[in-house]
Amino acid sequence: MPQMLEGSMALARAIALCRPQVVAAYPITPQTHIVENISKLVADGKLHCELVSVESEFSAASVALGAAAAGSRAYTASSSQGILLMSEVLYNIAGLRVPLVMTCANRAVGAPLSIWNDQQDSMAVRDAGWIQIYCADNQEAVDATIQAYRIAERTELPVMICVDGFVLTHTMEQIEMPSQEQVDGFLPPYCFARALNSAKPISIGTLVSPDFFSEVRHSHHQALLNAKAEIVSADEDWAKVSGRAGGGLLGVEGDPGAKVGLLSLGSVIGTLRDALNEYPEAGPAKLIKLRTFRPFPTEALLETCAGLTDLIVLERALSPGSGGIIGTEVRAAFAGVADAPRIHNFAVGLGGRDIPLNIFPRLMEAAKTASPIPFAIFDVNLEKLPESER
Amino acid sequence: MTTETISITDLRRTQPRFSGIESGHRACLGCGQALAARLVTESAGPDVMIANATGCLEVFTTPWPESAWRLPWMHSLFENAGAIASGMEAAMKAQGKHTKVIAMGGDGSTFDIGFQALSGMLERNHNVLYVCYDNEAYMNTGIQRSSSTPHAASTTTSPVGKERMGKRHLKKDIITIIAAHHVAYAATASVAYPSDLRKKVRRAMAVEGATFLQIHSPCPLGWGYNDALGIEVARLAVQTGLFPLIELERGELTGAMPLRHPTPVSAYLKMQQRFSHLFKDDPRALEELEHLQAIANHNIEIYRLRGDGIDALDSEGSDTVRRGGSRWA
Amino acid sequence: MIEIRIHGRGGQGNVAAAYILASAAFEDSRFSQAFPSFGAERRGAPVTAFVRIADKPFSRRCQVIHPGYLIIQDEALLHVPGVTDGLLPGGGILVNSTRSSAELKEMTGLDMIAIPANALAKKILGRPVPNTALLAAFLTLTGMVSLDALVKGLGQRFKGEVLERNTRLVNEAAKMVPVGIWKEANHAANA
Repeated sequence: MPQMLEGSMALARAIALCRPQVVAAYPITPQTHIVENISKLVADGKLHCELVSVESEFSAASVALGAAAAGSRAYTASSSQGILLMSEVLYNIAGLRVPLVMTCANRAVGAPLSIWNDQQDSMAVRDAGWIQIYCADNQEAVDATIQAYRIAERTELPVMICVDGFVLTHTMEQIEMPSQEQVDGFLPPYCFARALNSAKPISIGTLVSPDFFSEVRHSHHQALLNAKAEIVSADEDWAKVSGRAGGGLLGVEGDPGAKVGLLSLGSVIGTLRDALNEYPEAGPAKLIKLRTFRPFPTEALLETCAGLTDLIVLERALSPGSGGIIGTEVRAAFAGVADAPRIHNFAVGLGGRDIPLNIFPRLMEAAKTASPIPFAIFDVNLEKLPESER
Repeated sequence: MTTETISITDLRRTQPRFSGIESGHRACLGCGQALAARLVTESAGPDVMIANATGCLEVFTTPWPESAWRLPWMHSLFENAGAIASGMEAAMKAQGKHTKVIAMGGDGSTFDIGFQALSGMLERNHNVLYVCYDNEAYMNTGIQRSSSTPHAASTTTSPVGKERMGKRHLKKDIITIIAAHHVAYAATASVAYPSDLRKKVRRAMAVEGATFLQIHSPCPLGWGYNDALGIEVARLAVQTGLFPLIELERGELTGAMPLRHPTPVSAYLKMQQRFSHLFKDDPRALEELEHLQAIANHNIEIYRLRGDGIDALDSEGSDTVRRGGSRWA
Repeated sequence: MIEIRIHGRGGQGNVAAAYILASAAFEDSRFSQAFPSFGAERRGAPVTAFVRIADKPFSRRCQVIHPGYLIIQDEALLHVPGVTDGLLPGGGILVNSTRSSAELKEMTGLDMIAIPANALAKKILGRPVPNTALLAAFLTLTGMVSLDALVKGLGQRFKGEVLERNTRLVNEAAKMVPVGIWKEANHAANA
């Protein structure tokens, strides 16, 4: 039965369906509604878990880590400054290979201070060793969150579900919430082989000398690469239960014969989808939805883009002094590949700038240049800057 | 995956003389913290889970692939032992288990970088015993000053020189700050008084709620004394009044170890290299010695370590002292 | 597709109004979406919310630049530059105001319909929260979603006595505007 739900409420209910035993959180816009909704579920006895209202995001991630290590399914969420503050813990969780799921309600990172949506926060921690999945709409967010627990607990890798702040979290739209039975059938009770237990004591988090460090890192890297199969199977198996598939590593839509591809991630996919229909004269184009960013789906990307002459990579963050983040990784994937498409890389919608439908024809026009565009902030208005800063 | 549930009595039976930390770890000769940790785990027993902050203890007990711990143990980061322990405790609650969570950290992680997480843990009253091994500096990284470093002590970041006589600032009064959270039990202890320490661990373990122990743990390398003399140095710290042994319950002083004859601070200080500049021919040295004696005198007074009567340790006097003096009677 | 922009101030239930309207559309088996555009979060700060209602599913999430309708929850916002920008030719403006359409036309140069939503709400709900009245008037003017569906939408948020009062408010507010005169508004840009 579909219902109208605000994104945060849908996410809170999705978390509740996964039966976490410990939820830790510290409020930050625009994640606050998720945690507030969870608190209400607990207060009303609809969710039985230990809710720890911590005194900072650093502690939120730490409490979730402690709980997961001690054998309880746990959850936390944050955005922007909070993600940065907890980043040390995020590296720690992944390095310790503790299964955990969290929501990143994507928001720009200051300075300058911004409460609005872009993806600089999750991009900033892309090397922490977490699986990162980006959701195009709130239905995907609900489904991905449930799948995330299975992926995390099977691979012993933490999973970050990225949901655009405000644009998704505060949007009310039609959502199909799965039933408790469906989720219980899909997610077995939390089982972490190395959970701390006084009956079988072990030490977690020891000092590792140069003699063993590389091996640990190799193991972690391999685990992430191998997780691609789990991410795909979780999506396929959930589709059998719910009837909905998220696209696994990459989703493709639009004209299958198109020679121009438009790759992006998160909520902008929805706008681009409508734009392709609204501006048929600007196309044809293939719309490629990057659902999984870590591990980076190199093989799937190359397969999907085979035959394209141009690939426009549209992202919601950048690496100042270098250029695009996703664009750079996409280019690297094509290095040495014969007949690789011309890759044009743009950042757009930084700090919550609205991305209108007509971005599609404008992007398609921009891609007709003689040489591929290495990187540009597509929607910047240079007039607003003094000459010297343009 | 199989799980086993062993009752506490059975655990005690399989390990009658329980040792939470085995020998063979890599601590320095004469390490006060290693001794303190052993005493704590012996008294706490096997049904505990440890959240250990970064520092000497975790480094010298777990050189992978070896571990000296016979307890479930986790090290995460430097500043989050309080939060990790909170999470573990929440998990135990959620799972209906009674395994007690013990957080462990040095003074650096407790007084400084991890203070926020500790304060949060106390405010939320998680059922966790937080043990701080206070060796009065960031020892593991090479003896840098922390807010626990005593006034006038020399460290690599508070060295003695033409313009300075060691650490300018006072030792942070952590136990009062902890007590201000109104936790059920907070106490100071010392490795020189092992029975007192064991008693305090058991008292804390029996509390259902947040508790805190600050254990004075001498460091031969950092304090600069002959590593065989650790207990004597620690005893003098207590006997001078510089490290009073007190107990606070819900913010009220309910116990103090009386001092029959307080020892002048110089006896304690001159045993340690970190205070050697106070015994050189320098007018500033005398001034600093006076400061330190004043600190000791202040502690003796506010904690009524000598009671009120002529003979502080007559039966009435010692009773008064035990209850924290007439100020708290 | 119909696109509506709702302008209000923090604390007036601007976002709630958008959510309720979207819920009402859903109750009438339409596809809908509602979301806010915030400035800093505080009482009194201008807040804008957007609603889309359509007969087929859609997935765009951009802000509404060319609304077919505007709902202004606070008359003072009419003086804020940009509030009426982008309104489609023939588009309707509904304002929470005690002034007449003629007065408002004189002030702003624009045609608009006004209802004294605060006073009505104060009378029936006991608090001057304008959204229910405005939504009822809006749906009466446009007929795009039934008032029954609006009441069902309100039922997602309110129960018992509060829902009862809101239902009464819906009926009262509906009487204050002519029925269906905005049905023929030009939505050339929308599907």
